[in-house]
Amino acid sequence: MWEYSDKVKEYFFNPKNVGVIEDASGVGEVGAIACGDALKLMIQVDPDTDRITSARFQTFGCGSAIASSSALTEIIVGKTVDEALGITNQDIADFLGGLPPEKMHCSVMGYEALRAAVANYRGETWEDDHEEGALLCKCFGVDEGMLERAIRNNGLTSMEQVAQFTKATASCSTCAETVEEALERINAAMVSEGALDARDAFVVGALPPARRARKTSPLVDLTAPVTPTKLTTVQRIRAVEDVLAELRPALQGDGGDCELVDVDGNKIMVRLSGACVNCQLASVTVQGIQQRLAERLGEPVRVLPLPATH
Amino acid sequence: MQPVYLDNNATTRVDPRVVDAMLPYFTEQFGNASSIHAFGADVGAAIKGARRQLQALLGAEFDHEIVYTGCGTEADNTALLSALETQAGRNEIVTSCVEHPAILALCAWLEKSRGVKVHYIGVDSRGRLDMDAYRKALGPRTAIASVMWANNETGNLFPVETLAELAHEAGALFHTDAVQAVGKVPMDLKSSEIDMLSLSGHKFHAPKGIGALYVRRGVRLRPMIRGGHQERGRRAGTENVPSIIGMGVAAELAMRHLDEENTRVKALRDRLEKGLIQRISHAMITGDEDNRLPNTSNIAFEYIEGEGILLLLNKAGIAASSGSACTSGSLEPSHVLRAMKVPYTAAHGAIRFSFSRENTAEDVDRVLEVMPGIVETLRGMSPFWDGASATRSAFTPSYA
Repeated sequence: MWEYSDKVKEYFFNPKNVGVIEDASGVGEVGAIACGDALKLMIQVDPDTDRITSARFQTFGCGSAIASSSALTEIIVGKTVDEALGITNQDIADFLGGLPPEKMHCSVMGYEALRAAVANYRGETWEDDHEEGALLCKCFGVDEGMLERAIRNNGLTSMEQVAQFTKATASCSTCAETVEEALERINAAMVSEGALDARDAFVVGALPPARRARKTSPLVDLTAPVTPTKLTTVQRIRAVEDVLAELRPALQGDGGDCELVDVDGNKIMVRLSGACVNCQLASVTVQGIQQRLAERLGEPVRVLPLPATH
Repeated sequence: MQPVYLDNNATTRVDPRVVDAMLPYFTEQFGNASSIHAFGADVGAAIKGARRQLQALLGAEFDHEIVYTGCGTEADNTALLSALETQAGRNEIVTSCVEHPAILALCAWLEKSRGVKVHYIGVDSRGRLDMDAYRKALGPRTAIASVMWANNETGNLFPVETLAELAHEAGALFHTDAVQAVGKVPMDLKSSEIDMLSLSGHKFHAPKGIGALYVRRGVRLRPMIRGGHQERGRRAGTENVPSIIGMGVAAELAMRHLDEENTRVKALRDRLEKGLIQRISHAMITGDEDNRLPNTSNIAFEYIEGEGILLLLNKAGIAASSGSACTSGSLEPSHVLRAMKVPYTAAHGAIRFSFSRENTAEDVDRVLEVMPGIVETLRGMSPFWDGASATRSAFTPSYA
């Protein structure tokens, strides 16, 4: 069974704002029974203040879909329509104390329903699946607009994430190629806007960043200058610190970190933290650090990872 | 309140009598059966006794037709891989769309990596195998046909004896994944043409981590795990002695309770099913009601999603399972229900209740008590329910 947060359980077992608003100012419907989840969101808006005075929902779906819907209604009530539109699916997930990755699509569904309800309230035509752009994933009714919003709002850079957040490709997967191309295109646009690091961008056919790292070990930069002369202890420590500082962004990018604890002769004690703890590839990381340090210091060294402190 | 466990197709509680029989083999009779001394000899004799107990449950002609494995999946993998090696000039497999992943994932890999052609035979809306398609798929290139004895989700029984004969007419071997059937339906392998059969201990009150592959005498077997000479060279690796002993006792107990399984347990299942259908509208039994395991019930509740049902059941102390997408992480409803073309309105809300001899009438009462409320709660939240209740008469699924 899923590891749901207490908040998710609370909002599933005792959902708030279930039901119908008879003469709602705006109604947004997303999903379909065939897809396994669907949400109908109804909002009441005070026309003078443009504030959402009440919100109700009906949801067909799993525990986290119901919890996400309920959370959404709680978040938006009291906000102006513009303020409400500023929230993203991540806000829904955060409100619930997080969702399992495979369940993120539940929060995306809430976000999409909100946009649909606001469009309905404002008298705009909701850019429906079939009008907004090509329907990419027919199984789950994901069009290009929804895909792009999910990718941009959540910084998605892999096909696995796209499936977790939108369900696109997760059924018959005949749309896999189209979705891959869309992900590549949207990631590329994000890179050019400075919203994404080029190294993280999805490229069709390329190995994911983590795998690339393993294959070519970018931790070892062969062009890095080698210092052949003998260093003083202080210089050595500074050089080690410098190398670690260079490597740290890559580690942090994977959710980990590394700090220098001590230098004893050719033994360099470090402490790995975050995602590096218990990572099966930690030894590869340590080796990469060791190789880089050896090159920089111009002498063989041993990097010894110390146990985590927490 | 006592929890109600109705997920026995997932796994069963180890019978305390099984545990008692196993315990001495950890600390007293701990020898290696391959050793020459008394420690080893005693263990060797005990394993032989356990093998005979399992032989009796299967109705096998010889005890050495049983090869112990680590699980049912290993038995399935061994059977198919062996057949591809021993059946010279034959590079095709015939199987069904509703097999367990232990078969389907292996077949998918064989297609991809070894160019094996796999024929997946479909089922009708009640989950019955398309016999014509099965006959047509068999041919001079078929190495092995593999069809489960009973389906894990619906409990449907497949005509394995007939399927084995048809496979033999085409010169192919026949294997059946009987993981769900062993201990629940009578078996007499010596009078059938079944060549290989997989089973798993934890489905009939033995521990997890022990299974077996029945290999009819005369059928060649290539081991999947090579090493020592254990299991007559057909499965290397020191025997899992306590579990083998335990599975022997479990087999004997299963035989003793086989009648009960098909009378008392079946009656519990039927009462639950009828009670739910009576109390809850827009609910239907999936599978072949007249031809399925006595312990399994798969009921689809329209317009709601299975995970919510399971979470609320769990809160009420009742354990069941679902083929619903959301509980598995696959985002897709069960491949079995999809193969049966159960409509999406219902497939997402399919719940499996699976009994064992340990269940009681009170268990059924508890489910009958809480289930209508659970369905009502979830339907009350469902955007699809209003229309359904208004426009369609109760007790009739919209697609019946």
